[in-house]
Amino acid sequence: MKRRALIPYLLLAPGFVLLAAFTHWPTILSFWSSLFTTARGRRPSVFVGGENYAAALSDPIVLKVLWNSALYAAVTIPASIALAFVMALWVNDRLPGRGFARLAYFTPTILPMVAAANIWLFFYTPGFGLLDQVLGLFGIPSTNWLGSDQSALWAVMVVAVWKEAGFFMIFYLAAFQAVPPSLGEAARLEGCGRWGYVRRVLIPLVAPTTLFIAVNALINAFRVVDHIFILTGGGPNNATNLLLFHIYETGFKFWDTAGAATLTMILLAILGALAAVQFFLLERRTHYR
Amino acid sequence: MKLALFAAASALALSLGSARAETEVVFNFPVAVGGPVTEIIDGYAKAFMAENPGIKVTPVYTGSYQDTIARTLTQIRGNDSPAMAVLLSVDTFTLYDEDVIVALDDLATTDEEKAFLTDFYPAFLANGQVGGKVWSLPFQRSTPVLYWNKAAFAEAGLDPETPPATWEEQVEFAKKLVKKDASGAVTRWGLRIPTSGFPYWLFQGLTTANGVELMNADGNKTNFDDPAVVEALEYLVSLSKEHGVMQEGIIEWGATPQAFFEGESAMMWTTTGNLTNVRNNAPFDFGVAMLPAQKRRGAPTGGGNIFIFNAVDEATQKAAFEFAKFLTSPEMAADWSIKTGYVAVSPAAWETDAMKAYAADFPPATVARDQLEFAVAELSTHENQRVTRVLNDALQAALLGQKEPAAALAEAQAEADRILAAYR
Amino acid sequence: MSGRTPPLEAVAAWALALLWLAPILFAFWAAIHPPEYLTKFDVTAPLTLVNFERAFAAAPFAQYMLNTAILVTGILAAQFVLCTLAAYAFARYEFRGAGVLFSLILVQLMVAPEVLMVENYATIAKLGLVDSLAGVAAPYVASAFGIFLLRQTFRQVPKALEEAAVIEGASTMQVLLRVYVPLAKPVYVAYGLVSVSFHWNNFLWPLVVTSSETTRPVTVGLQVFASVDQGVDWAVISAAALATSAPLLIGFLLFQRAFVQSFMRAGIR
Repeated sequence: MKRRALIPYLLLAPGFVLLAAFTHWPTILSFWSSLFTTARGRRPSVFVGGENYAAALSDPIVLKVLWNSALYAAVTIPASIALAFVMALWVNDRLPGRGFARLAYFTPTILPMVAAANIWLFFYTPGFGLLDQVLGLFGIPSTNWLGSDQSALWAVMVVAVWKEAGFFMIFYLAAFQAVPPSLGEAARLEGCGRWGYVRRVLIPLVAPTTLFIAVNALINAFRVVDHIFILTGGGPNNATNLLLFHIYETGFKFWDTAGAATLTMILLAILGALAAVQFFLLERRTHYR
Repeated sequence: MKLALFAAASALALSLGSARAETEVVFNFPVAVGGPVTEIIDGYAKAFMAENPGIKVTPVYTGSYQDTIARTLTQIRGNDSPAMAVLLSVDTFTLYDEDVIVALDDLATTDEEKAFLTDFYPAFLANGQVGGKVWSLPFQRSTPVLYWNKAAFAEAGLDPETPPATWEEQVEFAKKLVKKDASGAVTRWGLRIPTSGFPYWLFQGLTTANGVELMNADGNKTNFDDPAVVEALEYLVSLSKEHGVMQEGIIEWGATPQAFFEGESAMMWTTTGNLTNVRNNAPFDFGVAMLPAQKRRGAPTGGGNIFIFNAVDEATQKAAFEFAKFLTSPEMAADWSIKTGYVAVSPAAWETDAMKAYAADFPPATVARDQLEFAVAELSTHENQRVTRVLNDALQAALLGQKEPAAALAEAQAEADRILAAYR
Repeated sequence: MSGRTPPLEAVAAWALALLWLAPILFAFWAAIHPPEYLTKFDVTAPLTLVNFERAFAAAPFAQYMLNTAILVTGILAAQFVLCTLAAYAFARYEFRGAGVLFSLILVQLMVAPEVLMVENYATIAKLGLVDSLAGVAAPYVASAFGIFLLRQTFRQVPKALEEAAVIEGASTMQVLLRVYVPLAKPVYVAYGLVSVSFHWNNFLWPLVVTSSETTRPVTVGLQVFASVDQGVDWAVISAAALATSAPLLIGFLLFQRAFVQSFMRAGIR
């Protein structure tokens, strides 16, 4: 009987070892190295306690990066969820040519972000870029979308929403198809208009899906910085620098492992706080378990 | 995978070989996308091995410069050091601070070898020197130049054969080259100096011309707040804000050649590395000129140097040095320049017959050479990427109108001082 | 309610579809015309395949695609195995520390491996896996999302089915393979789609880990190819992007209905 008690641990072992090696252990290591200075060949590392954190949180670039990341998340998450919902609604209807529309909405998911970002770079190029050419037809003057601190972050957010919405649409579509048609009939009999049905029946019904998508969108908002590499490199003057991109720069361009570890811990703290909020919502509003 | 293959191949070679001891030189070389460059380097390695039977050179192609330095440092820390690598010349201080490279003066034993170390253009050599010693040899190097659209010049009533020679002329010409449509919107800009990503590099084309260097030779003091630097930035800002000859905001480096081909800008500053691209794709006659002068002529240099690592044994270091000398010898430097478009690194290379023939056939190539006389080292300090980043941010802040040039540069200097204090 | 779309909305839906397709349409335009027509939209522009030829001559995109294919299928296969085992343990066994272990696993839902890339790179380097496909895959193989999803599914399998199999003399592994896995098929399909599209698109971690042709996935290959000093050559990049995305694009075109249904049946909605 002792052997049987071991079985679940054996089943878990391979997955858990890998998970620990690439999630838990590096978290501990990050915390540890955030307490020291970065070692260079000619200068060993020194224990500095919380100094790296004090330095990071008083660095105007880090503050800018944190603000950018917050704004980026606050705009792209609701925008892509709302668009995904509307898209799913449309392609679930008897829209003429809905197969085509569905494909159109979904293609950005398949085109790697790096490839797509290069095309968007052309769209945004002032003068001969596509956006300026089209706007020029309406007499709108040329705009340096990515080269101005006013518009660069917004331009980057548009690309993110474009990339994500179609992916989330699929989840909504699956959710809609599971809604019994009788509910629609009932709503119609009660004189509920189309948007009344959407608002009063559909949105509450797919709330678990919305939460699931929101979690994914949140993770992606902090995880996906691919387009930053191509479009702006974090510029102009850090206007589009996001936290994970800054971690990459600090770790692999400035070779400052302690600085990168400190930023990583800050990112983990943010994610942890958001996870706590989500857990609270999950417990209260859905029936996942 | 590749490395394992090479290791297996060399192990095989060793076991098959006679009692003769063979020194293996692993050479990390940055090739971003493969193709013809790998063939050229493989060819050089073969030619060298034929001349030096005791040495086996194993080139390993390791992606971009960024990939190559990351991989090289990882290998060194993992006790799997390559013997040599081509890395950005501005990483000399970084590699010196990591204590992973060998001073080449220590490997040069004969007078001839010591003399060889100084045979290069001083502007190229400068980035490889720390504390009076040479730590790397120039190999694939470039410098920024001005390209101009001759058709646009003619259309604007300018002499198509005369590029601007001074800052003043540059503005004057550019003003004439600006074209607007009926509504007053600009359809052609006079000038394009890209400012995205790494604006400090082209900015050095302005500061050098204004008679000031951005850092000291020890790489522990910057001069960002020097009045001449401030003037240079004021000039750059004025191009769009005051004179209206350049697009406002930050100008994308990657889109610059295309903008030139499209006639969106009539003149552009970019690297000599673009010569072939422009030659193949510009639908009009173009010219290449040195950057315009202010107090003097001047430009930075850029590109990659050859480094030798101290984690390999002395015999391997020596062998690597032999190969480095071979690659940078006049004949090879000329051949490399002709095949790739990089600037040949020594005056002697330009004296070879092959190079003379090439220059006669394609005169724009000589513009870069002539500019080298006035060129200086690329901005490079301890904690190089971080310090240049401070300057980049300041330049962009001024260009965006967030800060006055003087204030932006004063702040950048203070930040650079803070970073570099540990190295004084 | 799948009613007929009001005309105004239909127009909006179409406009949005065109907007969403615009980058791909432009990529097509740029890829099949000579570079001088990049910004001039002229229907009489000559067609050409030269951009595809140049792309494949300049960089080993076939090799990159092979790398991506190996990576994506390798990760998926490993994920299936590891997640199935772990999910089974959580769904059908009661053991000491189950709650703690499960919450430890859920941590990874929020903390993607690239968030910890600096330390993870150090780990990969210590294991000697830098610049290998195994190094790219390793941090993703144990997927909290996969474990979570399969645990939910396995829990819904009626105990009676398992008991019947045990009476017939099936071992633990046989029960898992013959009872649980077949019943969870839609979940595997749905999870597979999420995983494939994730790793097909993944960029940052492979960028950090790989540095040679034999390991780079398409995404990193495209970035390296696009960001050269000479500036961006949109015609060639468009050709490369389209050629490398074509297999997945066609795949979705063929199987889109099945995908949506598998999501529906998997309860990911």
